[in-house]
Amino acid sequence: MSDIVRPFWVMVEKEIADHVRSWRFIILVALILLTTTGSIYTVLAVIQQHPAQLSAHSHFLYLKLFTKSTNNLPPFITLIGFLGPLVGIALGFDAVNSERDNGTLSRIISQPIPRDYFINSKFIGGLTVIVSLVFALGFLVLGLGIIYIGLPPAFSEFVRVLVFLIFTCVYIAFWLNLGITFSILFRQSSTSALSALAIWLFFTVFYSMLVRFIISAFYYRRIVAQPVSQMLSRVSPNYLFHELTTILLNPSIRSLGGLSFRQMSGAIPSTLPLGQSMLLVWPDITALIAATLICFGISYVLFMRQEIRAN
Amino acid sequence: MDGPIIQINSLVKRYGKNTAVDHLDLEIGKGEIFGLLGPNGAGKTTIILTMLGLSEPTSGTVTVKGHNSTSEPIKVKKFTGYLPDDVGFSGNSTGLENLVYTAMLNGIPRQEATDSAEELLDLVGLHEAGHKKTKTYSKGMTQRLGLADVLIKEPEIMVLDEPTIGIDPKGINEFLDLIRNLSKEKDITVLLSSHLLHQVQKICDRVGILVKGKLLAEGNVGDLAKELFGDKETSITAEVSPITDNLVQALSRQEAITEIRQNGEVINMKGSREIAPVISQTIVQNNAKLYRLSYKEYGLDEIYQHYFEGGTSDV
Repeated sequence: MSDIVRPFWVMVEKEIADHVRSWRFIILVALILLTTTGSIYTVLAVIQQHPAQLSAHSHFLYLKLFTKSTNNLPPFITLIGFLGPLVGIALGFDAVNSERDNGTLSRIISQPIPRDYFINSKFIGGLTVIVSLVFALGFLVLGLGIIYIGLPPAFSEFVRVLVFLIFTCVYIAFWLNLGITFSILFRQSSTSALSALAIWLFFTVFYSMLVRFIISAFYYRRIVAQPVSQMLSRVSPNYLFHELTTILLNPSIRSLGGLSFRQMSGAIPSTLPLGQSMLLVWPDITALIAATLICFGISYVLFMRQEIRAN
Repeated sequence: MDGPIIQINSLVKRYGKNTAVDHLDLEIGKGEIFGLLGPNGAGKTTIILTMLGLSEPTSGTVTVKGHNSTSEPIKVKKFTGYLPDDVGFSGNSTGLENLVYTAMLNGIPRQEATDSAEELLDLVGLHEAGHKKTKTYSKGMTQRLGLADVLIKEPEIMVLDEPTIGIDPKGINEFLDLIRNLSKEKDITVLLSSHLLHQVQKICDRVGILVKGKLLAEGNVGDLAKELFGDKETSITAEVSPITDNLVQALSRQEAITEIRQNGEVINMKGSREIAPVISQTIVQNNAKLYRLSYKEYGLDEIYQHYFEGGTSDV
């Protein structure tokens, strides 16, 4: 019995192998590596030469590697927030329909395995690839930092980076699931790729414009408009991710909304501990995880109900 | 084994208002090669998918070796190999890798799987190609790999959906012989669906004719012909030289011949099959030379046409 691999893990293994060997994955990884290395390198150069430029008091230097930028290159978190969804979509958009087209779906499903192994292995396989990629990237950045700066990161910094990486995975997994859902909905992989990309483009570029437009059309008083605009923005997974990571990697931010003078009076200008920062973005965390799970749930139900036959 | 290995009881499958399978009953015995015949859209694939638990019936049951296909699909799929009509493999892996993958999904350890995959590749004649990526395969090679893929789980039942589609005529014969030999050697029950008559006729022990989700007839090809045309007249053609009036008259005096028509060098007659000796005797007695005496054999073509031309009309 010992050398029999459970069929489910055989399928996951196959998924991972297929992803890692595919050209589209290799190209995306190369793109991410290029852009993030550029971004990190410029930050590191500044840290080495003019540390004062980044911050007067050099608390949380390692977190700045992820959040600060110079020379027009966007910071690490922005790059990941931008390219991460592309990775997710690339891994998911043809998960089911390409297998259907190739005639492998009915063959695999007719093996003695439960039907949901198929969709679950798609998700777990994609997730494994994403987790490996994100953590490898994050640790590479930390390692580069250690080489350049020569100081180890503080424990609290390390934990913050870990939490940030975990939620980056959740965020990318959301787009993976969206891609998988579309790959079940649409029989043609080009249609599902374009639809997923359209949604991604809508949320990254147009959604914030739309929110601004709505707010300016309906609200005159800024004090009322601010919470409404925030609520509307939080529909977008991109905004959630942005808010979440900004708070997590900037311990000095104390509130998502505005603080009144009364609230501020007597406050000590210090940084928040991780627990407090997480409390601040707890709704974002829940919403992001929920969106990911809901998306997977939809794809699961769709797949289980769909007829196997190709036509 | 006693009792049928596959048993279908009043199976109904509806897609919306469209009835794909309509109260179908069918039994297939162990070791039998059963051909499911019908035009496209007759419900062949639907029956097969239901049998494997991949599609849920609207009503009725399918039992395979005592297991209900709908409630225990995994047990059924353990000993049933399925070759879909549009079978494909992941193109960036070799044929061997694809087979090993299927074997491992069936719980066979990697080493053992690799050994039997090599053997099967030899068997289906893909010894060389087994180490090439499957995207370079021709349709015929893909089908043969598909057969190996079905066999690697050592099935008791093989379900082949349109197995000959896209193969050239020579390849079809080889492929069907392979299926027949395997079935007889290893005592594997085969259910194969097709819309091509001649092939099925050649290797099937029994066929069922499916039109619009209904099984119109079943039995072996000979029985079916007898059932349909047994009491009808056969057309008999005799090539005779010289054809004289005496001869024609002598022939028409035979009571068994109901119709006679001279057509150039040949005489067309209608009557029952048993009159052939009478005809040849008459011809010889009239000092004519008999070059050919043939009667029309009713094969699947005629059976098929009989049913399809009449649509669903009763026999």
